[in-house]
Amino acid sequence: MTQVKHQATVPALDADALGHHYGEHHVLRDVTFEVSSGEFVCIVGPSGVGKTTLLRCLSGLQCPSVGSVRFNGARVAGPPRELALVFQDYSRSLLPWASVIDNVALPLRAGGLRKREAAAAAADALHEVGLGGVDPSAYPWQLSGGMQQRVAIARALAYKPSIVLMDEPFASVDAQTRADLEDLVRRLQVDLGLTVLLVTHDIDEAVYLSDRIVALAGSPAGVADVVGVDLGSVRDQLETKLRPRFAELRAHVYRLIRGARAQPSTSN
Amino acid sequence: MRTRLRWLSVSALELWLPVALLLAWWFASRHSTSAYFPPLRYILDGFRLDWLSANGAHNLRPSLTVLVAGFGLAVIVGVAVGAVLGLNRTVERATRPLLELTRAVPGVALLPVFIVLIGIGTDMKILLVASGAVWPVLLNTTDGVRSTEPLLVDMAVAYGMGRWRRLRSIILPAAAPQIFAGARTALAISVIIMVVSETVGAQGGIGYFLLAAQRSFQITDMWGTIIALGVLGYLLNLLFRLTEAVVLRWHRLYQARLSAPRR
Repeated sequence: MTQVKHQATVPALDADALGHHYGEHHVLRDVTFEVSSGEFVCIVGPSGVGKTTLLRCLSGLQCPSVGSVRFNGARVAGPPRELALVFQDYSRSLLPWASVIDNVALPLRAGGLRKREAAAAAADALHEVGLGGVDPSAYPWQLSGGMQQRVAIARALAYKPSIVLMDEPFASVDAQTRADLEDLVRRLQVDLGLTVLLVTHDIDEAVYLSDRIVALAGSPAGVADVVGVDLGSVRDQLETKLRPRFAELRAHVYRLIRGARAQPSTSN
Repeated sequence: MRTRLRWLSVSALELWLPVALLLAWWFASRHSTSAYFPPLRYILDGFRLDWLSANGAHNLRPSLTVLVAGFGLAVIVGVAVGAVLGLNRTVERATRPLLELTRAVPGVALLPVFIVLIGIGTDMKILLVASGAVWPVLLNTTDGVRSTEPLLVDMAVAYGMGRWRRLRSIILPAAAPQIFAGARTALAISVIIMVVSETVGAQGGIGYFLLAAQRSFQITDMWGTIIALGVLGYLLNLLFRLTEAVVLRWHRLYQARLSAPRR
């Protein structure tokens, strides 16, 4: 059930036989997958399977013990310029001493943009994520959790990346906010033609959001399978989730993750 | 109106004790004939003549020069060295015994050493103040830098910020509350060392004036100088608090938010 996608183009992100261990503790093993340009891919796996380690390796924050990551064909040695990260814990990844606008503008300022230009770009990004009405001089912690995560997403957008990596971005907000943020990210991905790689433990979220799912399972974790999600490009929280196909995909991914868990990886 | 009332009540709460003590002193010493405890009225007259005058400004200038330069040097060196130690655990481990040893020597005890090595000029006094006041800044900076939220550093690296940029935009601001706490202690230490340094071979300054008054039995001048020192210390602390209130405004609000009950 994978899509037809054997184009001659170089994948945006390419993990090749990635493995990682902390001392004797092996976390990842032989993780191989690709993300095409403009695609929405979710990495899904149970909590503690090594998703965050995988994301750190993919983003260049950490060097994998084995294997390699390539970004647009070039081997990743540090965080690439065209890659932006959104963390789960917005309250710890936003600067508490800087205003909302300064938080969003910070990477641009660091990149050498003048104050006024950076602030203008930041204001655009804030507008893009639906925070156009928020006082830009407010501190992030004066906003609600969902709004703080929107600030973090705006920071990623303002950086003008071609790919956005997200680590459990909606795990710390309530259900309604979560649905809103899912739709926001989905819309931004389509509108801006972004490549998005999102890590989550939530199978429903993965099926709802993505074009393809990389199911992680086992210990050390490996790719159980890569599942194409044929639900079309327009998704709706109610309608999409009621479709029989949604239920099938969700059950399939569920079995992949649980199945591989029941019989620890001895194969490959 | 309401804030003004609140402000008044806070001021009243802070001021009643000093005012009461001054009044007590005033009335208790009113008819004093003791050479050592002159009436407060004479002391205040002396204070006004000695310190709230052109003469006072002349006497204060060398002291303030030593204080500002010494304290400033302590903060700059303390933050710079503290940041290096906070960022590099190996360097920190390697230098810790030496630092602990140096820190244990009281600042004023180095006065004779500094006189031998540097002489009795202003430079010596500035260096003496700095060498005593640097420690709380240095140790607090090390601690503050080390406890920077790792996710913030990850974020900075992911967004392509280089070492300097991370230090300037992430690590030092994160450590600022602790740096300020250290600097406040350093300020108090600076005043002490400044006064002591002026008691040896100085031609002016508060410490010199204090000792000269005592030695020539100008007891009212001596007491007046003590009051001047108290006022100076108070004003310096006030200035410091105002600076802190502006620079760390976010921190005050943030702490208030954290300790407030969840809505």
